[in-house]
Amino acid sequence: MSDGARFAGGDVVLVLVEQHDGTPRGSALELLTAARALGTVHAVLLGQVSDAAVARLGAYGAVAVHVVGVPTPEASLPPAVAAVLAGLVDETGASTVLVASTFPNKELAARLALATGAGLVVDASAVQRGPEGRVVTTQQAFAASWTLRGEVTAARAVVALKPNAVHAAPVATPVLPPVITHDAAALFDGVPGARVRVMERTPRPESSRPDLGEAQVVVVGGRGVAGDFSPVEDLADALGGAVGATRVATDEGWISHETQVGQTGVTISPRLYIGAGVSGAVHHRGGMQASEVIVAVNDDADAPIFEFADFGVVGDLFTVLPQAAAGIRRLKAQG
Amino acid sequence: MRIVVCVKHVPDLQAERSFTADGRVDRSQGDGTLSELDEHAVEAALVLTETLGGEVTVVTVGPADAEDAVRRGLQMGAKHAVHVIDDAIAGSDVFGTALVLAAAIRRLDVEGGAEGGAEGGVDLVITGMAALDGLMSVLPSLLAAHLDLPQATLAAELTVADGVVRVRRDLDHVTEVLEAPLPAVVSVTDQANEPRYPNFKGIMAARKTPVTAWSLADLGIDPATVGDAGARTRVLEATPRPVREDRVLITDDGEAGLRLAAYLAENGLLG
Repeated sequence: MSDGARFAGGDVVLVLVEQHDGTPRGSALELLTAARALGTVHAVLLGQVSDAAVARLGAYGAVAVHVVGVPTPEASLPPAVAAVLAGLVDETGASTVLVASTFPNKELAARLALATGAGLVVDASAVQRGPEGRVVTTQQAFAASWTLRGEVTAARAVVALKPNAVHAAPVATPVLPPVITHDAAALFDGVPGARVRVMERTPRPESSRPDLGEAQVVVVGGRGVAGDFSPVEDLADALGGAVGATRVATDEGWISHETQVGQTGVTISPRLYIGAGVSGAVHHRGGMQASEVIVAVNDDADAPIFEFADFGVVGDLFTVLPQAAAGIRRLKAQG
Repeated sequence: MRIVVCVKHVPDLQAERSFTADGRVDRSQGDGTLSELDEHAVEAALVLTETLGGEVTVVTVGPADAEDAVRRGLQMGAKHAVHVIDDAIAGSDVFGTALVLAAAIRRLDVEGGAEGGAEGGVDLVITGMAALDGLMSVLPSLLAAHLDLPQATLAAELTVADGVVRVRRDLDHVTEVLEAPLPAVVSVTDQANEPRYPNFKGIMAARKTPVTAWSLADLGIDPATVGDAGARTRVLEATPRPVREDRVLITDDGEAGLRLAAYLAENGLLG
């Protein structure tokens, strides 16, 4: 912990903030909220940052914002980002680093933990300090049929936290954090990732609906929709939620592959999950069973999803979903 | 080309899975299997060697029954199999596992194959996208770091030409095409291919192929750096998910949609 004294206020917690269209993603605000319980929060951003974004990070508890330029497409690959964060851990003396639990972030978290001797937890659903000051985490295992509580025994911790694990909340008295700009170029030299070349990088258009991985409400269509996602989309829109799909539905080409919820697709843990025509096979469960409330609509009374649904309807989704969407819109209009 | 595929033996997904009192995966219930996701890695390696020549070595780390995982790899068509087995490995976290696998790959690289295979060094290391029992999905990245090799993970498409591996991958918000010079570490998703079933010939050939067993000493690894001794995290408590008592199951009588809307309103879930 070389230069930790530069930043007063106890343990420094670094939070990797991801942006979309110049605005911090919702998951970043959740990370900042969780980080406040662990120590003094420093945000880290790659690329450009606007004044509005800095103010927003301050509103959620960041007392400093580190901005690292991204000189090449390769510089945002996990090995390079891990090297950047390792440099910042060294500079700030940070004891803990929080990132959102996505595939690339899990990779960079692992490399960062390897480089800094930290303990690693990915897919955490909660993070706090234990009685002895150690970082204590909660994780779901085996399709969320088990809950594990564990502690990091190393002096440093790198934790990848799942979206929706905490409710983002602003601080009572925000400060406008100072922006500290870092020269990235030096950090990228000698990173093995430098030998990888990004030949193409195509952002996929993000739908007008909330991001699937971060949404509070997700409506998922399975085999039972038989190619017609319109009732699923309509119910999602009534609830302001995202649309997901099972592997069968994406393999059939009814909806794009990125919407696949499951162990090999997107892992979701929304407040509300609604599965329409979803059987509840184990691979799908692995990606959604950590959801807070699970609703199932399926015409097969023997579908496994009914074994773990909180509210199950045995019925035809093509009549139940439109009726529910109309009912929801009516209730919302009544306020 | 020489390809090493790292595979893992996992408890059967369909079976009831649990943890032991000290927070380890309960492996006593038997019926383990090669992780389905690793079959995609074996398949990718076999396709590459079938078109470009060369051979595939499958490697695993784990207790005695982990040998089933490399056996399955041999049945699918891998030529060699290595099983790193040592009591001191028990309780390893992903860092311990990565350390051991990296050492095994280094030894294969130097020796040119467990059974003295003809070709030289290892050109490509392939893993599945995650271990289905833990979903850590960080192992390939750690291997690349240990071996100081470029990494191109989560390949939905994988090709090799002129000493360069090319990977297309779909991340949450972006699609990327990456290229890296060999040797490199890649992982493949379940979109990459359809794994083959072992045929009779493969099953017979696998029976005759010895599985090379290496201990930590064979790999020059200090037991204090792996297993429980080397772990940087500790499980405090493992609890099964409680059965919810207030579950509701109704059959549509023409008004189920309205009842669903009312249920969401009562629980503050109208968005």
